[in-house]
Amino acid sequence: MSADGCGACPAHVQMAKMGVSIAGSDHVVALAGNPNTGKSTIFNALTGLRQHVGNWTGKTVTRAEGAFSVEGKRYKLVDLPGTYSLLSASQDEEISRNFLLFGRPDCTVVVVDATALERNLNLVLQVLEITGKVVVCVNLMDEAERKGLQVDVRSLARDLGVPAVPTVARDKRGLAQLVSAVSGVISGETVTAPLRATPPPAVGAALERLVPLLRKAIPGLPSERWVALRLLDGDRRVREAVLSGELAGLADRQRIPAPVETSRVTAIAGAQ
Amino acid sequence: MSKPAVSPREIVRRGDALRAELGDELRDQIVAGLYDRAGRIAGRSVQAAGSGHWNLDQRIDRVVTSRWLGLPLMMALLGLVFWITILGANVPSQMLADALFRVEGVGAGWFSAMGAPWWLTGLLWHGVFRGLAWVVSVMLPPMAIFFPAFTMLEDLGYLPRVAFNLDWLFRKAGAHGKQALTMAMGFGCNAAGVTSTRIIDSPRERLLAILTNNFVPCNGRFPTLIMLAVIFVAAAVPPAFAAIAAAGSVMLVVLLGVGFTLAVSWALSNSLLSGEASAFTLEMPPYRRPNILRILYTSLIDRTIFVLGRAMLTAAPAGAVIWLLANVQAGGVSLADRSIALLEPLGIAIGLDGVILLAYVIAIPANEIVVPTMLMCYLGGTMMVDVSAYDQIRAVLVDQHGWTLLTAANLMLFSLLHNPCATTILTIWRETRSAKWTAIGSLMPLGIAFGACFCVAQGARMLS
Repeated sequence: MSADGCGACPAHVQMAKMGVSIAGSDHVVALAGNPNTGKSTIFNALTGLRQHVGNWTGKTVTRAEGAFSVEGKRYKLVDLPGTYSLLSASQDEEISRNFLLFGRPDCTVVVVDATALERNLNLVLQVLEITGKVVVCVNLMDEAERKGLQVDVRSLARDLGVPAVPTVARDKRGLAQLVSAVSGVISGETVTAPLRATPPPAVGAALERLVPLLRKAIPGLPSERWVALRLLDGDRRVREAVLSGELAGLADRQRIPAPVETSRVTAIAGAQ
Repeated sequence: MSKPAVSPREIVRRGDALRAELGDELRDQIVAGLYDRAGRIAGRSVQAAGSGHWNLDQRIDRVVTSRWLGLPLMMALLGLVFWITILGANVPSQMLADALFRVEGVGAGWFSAMGAPWWLTGLLWHGVFRGLAWVVSVMLPPMAIFFPAFTMLEDLGYLPRVAFNLDWLFRKAGAHGKQALTMAMGFGCNAAGVTSTRIIDSPRERLLAILTNNFVPCNGRFPTLIMLAVIFVAAAVPPAFAAIAAAGSVMLVVLLGVGFTLAVSWALSNSLLSGEASAFTLEMPPYRRPNILRILYTSLIDRTIFVLGRAMLTAAPAGAVIWLLANVQAGGVSLADRSIALLEPLGIAIGLDGVILLAYVIAIPANEIVVPTMLMCYLGGTMMVDVSAYDQIRAVLVDQHGWTLLTAANLMLFSLLHNPCATTILTIWRETRSAKWTAIGSLMPLGIAFGACFCVAQGARMLS
């Protein structure tokens, strides 16, 4: 499908690049993804900044921040280091994970490489376990095309339960759609229903016992299931965060209403 | 908010107890589940058709990363970049030097005509301005050629191939294969190279990469190496081969640096930082069409102007300091002469001299200004009259101060190995948060530099 063939989508949203002036932004958007998928290119295209873009894995080792505004709303964009997973503990992976968990972005854009979707989906699935406010940006569509790969973004969005947008960031194709998908997720116009794993029975039972306790100990904690699963896996960093009260502080700041169950079908209405 | 019913400690305790019940397979189950779901979803949304492009990348990779051709090809590419840099930078350097030193003369003339005191004219024009003029004319042209060429290789996707080619060497040294990448970043700037070691997961291997990053010459040191190569090596061969010989010798120094990186990594991983090299997957990105405009922007604005700006910022006060040292006298002898005399025996012992060592002390904030500092020390308060930059430098060094090929070779060696600049030292501290490793990272290279230069100097003197 074509990235700009749909008449209903707001392809000509009012957009302004705002460089590093991130003060007073209304929303925080995180950019995550595997290394070398074009996160920095998207970051630069949206913010108008010139963060160095290199064609090699591990270019961005610290997170970069910039801003843009759409229709009067100011967005802070945080470019996270590229990671393959959120499970292991190299420093750049930890920067990404901590930001998703403790930074509580209003929306997370996971950039995936259309030419290596399977490997990239590993990270998407892990992010979905932490937060449902996700837009998947299927980048490098032109390279996929040249390699004879046809990516059905609609089917991808249906499976994942979050919006998926095809882009060619180098040529700035699909970025307007990406931004409108992000604002849809943030405003709540797009209701997401993130795909989450059904754990094996034994793990499920253990979660059943741990999650209610967590809820009692830290009321209002977001991503409680994920936190519980990490505790079961003996994740050192998450254990520390529970013990030190770091997670409790997070819950205090971000009191959210009880999670609303939604059906997967409503998830992508308005996303495409 | 009321006090929570369950304490955090209790939660963690329960989690640990449940984990013990579940056994060790949880992590494997989680990962297997992830792969399984990712595979199924990708299978549903991706359809592959045959295409030739896929194979072109692989065919190029087969040559570029081949066992026999990989390393020679890499050296040839690097040599080509140096050759283009040296060939192209020569003339613009001389033109810049001509123009800027004419400005110095005119400016100083105006000051005198307006009745400014001699020390003000001296400090501003023969101190600060001259320092800046040297930095700009010696550094700007090589950087404006070297950086775009290097960025081009980076944009193409060549750097990971370099890491691939060098991986087995680093593994043998007990270091991480990704150290080849952080080393490549060091060619740009050692401080950036040290920061980029965050891509290495294991703390031990990361520390190795941090401590040895200094052994590849950064941008600040390339102009020194290139200048020495042009003045001493190129001048010693027939003009037709001058550029090739100069490029070859810079190449040799770089290879020596890589050699030291490996040797020191090996020595450290067999002593202070012992352990096994860990395995990792290195992704070969596809070759991408370089975006010329972006390359020019990145390399000229981000790198060239940035490095030059930093050099000028440190060169200006350094110029003033040198002028003061040369013109403030204590007991009839200038401060510069006093400190040079003090450092002279040590300098001679390692095949250099007092002036060079003094220049390195003054240039601790930034390596970029070593050569300008040296020249200003040699020239003291005197004015330069000759017009052509490299010839002029050669006349000063060889004819007036007795430099030999040995001095040049040792200076190249010293410049390659000596302590990191202040910015890099600060970065090492920021990344390690350890006074011990910061001290080792600064003093170990200095010790190695003194040791290596001493051996070369003594060896050469014994042979002659």
